[in-house]
Amino acid sequence: MKATDAEILSTYPNAGKESLIPILQEIQENTGFLSEESIVHVGKHLHVPTSRIYGVATFYNQFRFEPKGKYHIQVCRGTACHVLGSSSVLDFLEKELKIKAGQTSRDGLFSIEVVACIGACGLAPVICVNKTFHAKVTVDSLKHIIDEYRDAS
Amino acid sequence: MKLTITINNKPVKAEKGELLLDVLEREGIRVPTLCYMKDFLPSGACRMCVVENEQTGKLITACSYTVDHGMNIKSHSARVIEARKTIVELLLSNHPDDCLYCVRNGNCDLQDLAREHCITERRISGEKNRHHLDLSSASIVRDPAKCILCGRCVKVCSEVMEVSAIDFINRGSQTLIGPTFNKGLNTSSCINCGQCIMVCPTGALSEKNHFAEIRDALNDPAKTVVVQYAPAISVTLAEEFGMAAGTDVNGLMNAALRKIGFDRIFDTTFAADLTIMEESAELIERITQGEDLPLITSCCPGWIKYAEEFACDFLPNISSCKSPQQMLGAVLKSYYADISGIEPENLYVVAIMPCTAKKFEGQREEMTQKGISDIDAVLTTRELADFIRLFGISIDKLEAETADSPHGIRSSAGKLFGVSGGVMEAALRTAYFKLTNKEMKQFRIQQVRGCIGRKEAKIQIGDLQLGVAVVNGLANAKKLLDEIRNGRNDLHFIEVMACPGGCIGGGGQPLRKNSESIIKRMEALYQIDETETINVSHKNPEVLALYQNFLEKPLSRKSHKLLHTTYCQRDVLL
Repeated sequence: MKATDAEILSTYPNAGKESLIPILQEIQENTGFLSEESIVHVGKHLHVPTSRIYGVATFYNQFRFEPKGKYHIQVCRGTACHVLGSSSVLDFLEKELKIKAGQTSRDGLFSIEVVACIGACGLAPVICVNKTFHAKVTVDSLKHIIDEYRDAS
Repeated sequence: MKLTITINNKPVKAEKGELLLDVLEREGIRVPTLCYMKDFLPSGACRMCVVENEQTGKLITACSYTVDHGMNIKSHSARVIEARKTIVELLLSNHPDDCLYCVRNGNCDLQDLAREHCITERRISGEKNRHHLDLSSASIVRDPAKCILCGRCVKVCSEVMEVSAIDFINRGSQTLIGPTFNKGLNTSSCINCGQCIMVCPTGALSEKNHFAEIRDALNDPAKTVVVQYAPAISVTLAEEFGMAAGTDVNGLMNAALRKIGFDRIFDTTFAADLTIMEESAELIERITQGEDLPLITSCCPGWIKYAEEFACDFLPNISSCKSPQQMLGAVLKSYYADISGIEPENLYVVAIMPCTAKKFEGQREEMTQKGISDIDAVLTTRELADFIRLFGISIDKLEAETADSPHGIRSSAGKLFGVSGGVMEAALRTAYFKLTNKEMKQFRIQQVRGCIGRKEAKIQIGDLQLGVAVVNGLANAKKLLDEIRNGRNDLHFIEVMACPGGCIGGGGQPLRKNSESIIKRMEALYQIDETETINVSHKNPEVLALYQNFLEKPLSRKSHKLLHTTYCQRDVLL
């Protein structure tokens, strides 16, 4: 069973603002994203205004504010992938799924996350869906990959 | 310790630890700044204030470097000017090109810097900022597309007000300033004080304009349009028309308002006297019963919203009195409408306030009678000046006129409401009289005067020693409330004003003025108190007549119904 925010926060008694990022990471690990409620809970616990917490959380790429989709697509935007066209990969996915990076599609099926290098430069441009790597993707192959996930659900 | 540095080939003496910017200013050299604010920790974010240090060959920010041995500063070398020019060009590259339609046209730091640096062509063009306009707040309009990310609003909101409604969101080219989850200001903890507008160098923050509604009302023959103005307006409006800070233009303002077409002109200061009658009665009642002390003032709508969000434990302490704006609105739409034979729904009440939070206050649900708002529209000092210009009125060529009766006569005590400590002084004068049946020997209470953040005094009234405190800037209020939470119990009465200096430093006042202007406005109000003859609220003949003809006595049933209100805890994204 998932831990509640209160349970997570109880492991940080008398914590100051220096604990903000570890707490946010733990909550995201636990629930998959940072909800409004979570941010309010953390703010009350640390006596930090929510505007500050949201500011810190949006500064880092690792935090998301919507639940992940059933299929969570990580698009590598590292150097090698960039050189081999990862920007059009991202463009295509955003258009095809009608969401921006960081968002989740309305049907809850897909979400996109932009990541820096995921250490698979030999496979560039690469995407990773729920920990499955798809190598040397092109617009055509992406269409196929997305359709397969759609059919599978 | 003294040291000597070289500025533009001239040896200059300076104190160790002194800010380079201050030394340059003392030498009569103006270095442009954007993100810098006096008395705040510098962030050095905008780089506008770069100067060249020939000792090291580096460009350094004058706002964040202190003087050091051997410094050889060039404040306007070719390299410096080029660097500053490029910074302005880069700021303009993603800035919307709509100066002509901008609320800050002609009154904008960015525009001035572009002109100063002779920027006449577009050398750098980039993708323009595209963000949603935030019209959700009753008081403040946020246009993040025009934001240059100097961060002054963020600093004021967190350090002066301890509200932190807004902060930086995202990073790099995606950065913007906004409330939590980039939602509307209306669901944030924003208290509508407008201090962010006062420090914004561009048109990214401005007040919600009530122009159109007022013009419609003025053109509607069925409506009787009346206006009231706050105590602080008459000593600030002059600055909008190039007159010296602190010039009192009360009479000229009355004349201008008549020319615009307002049917009746009332002085909110009359209602300030009314507030004092009610609030001093409340103070005496609470001291007699020993309940809910200290009593805390309720005139400032910024403070009230702050308390409803951050200091709910003090809500029972806050005076139930409505603010003078709302008291006068309530009296106008009941008593005045009745004696003048006007239907309350056909009486349109405009309030001119030094404050943006008053726009929010006027729209509060509690401030209505039978579904009719006590106040219909609120103009800031700035908007009044725009209105006067719109109607082509040369204010300096008018003959002074007086306000209308009833509700036009005031005491000088009420006038002090415009300055931090003034409500306290006025209330003490009346409380003293009510408790001892004698007037104070010396009306001036020096300990509660001046522009500092917190003032305290012990006042002897007969056998009673009253502990009083006055705070302005909500960060100062928070410190005081924390002391009380931790057991401090020597205070009976506290005055809180959200804005530094009180209403004379309010968020609706003329833009781009410095603290010297605020001191001049303060002196002007004290001067009025020195020269006029009615110095106490309980001697205002029109207030006494209102009690005799209508309200009966302070805290009567009628008073409670019309002049008092309630507060509630607010759930916002804190």
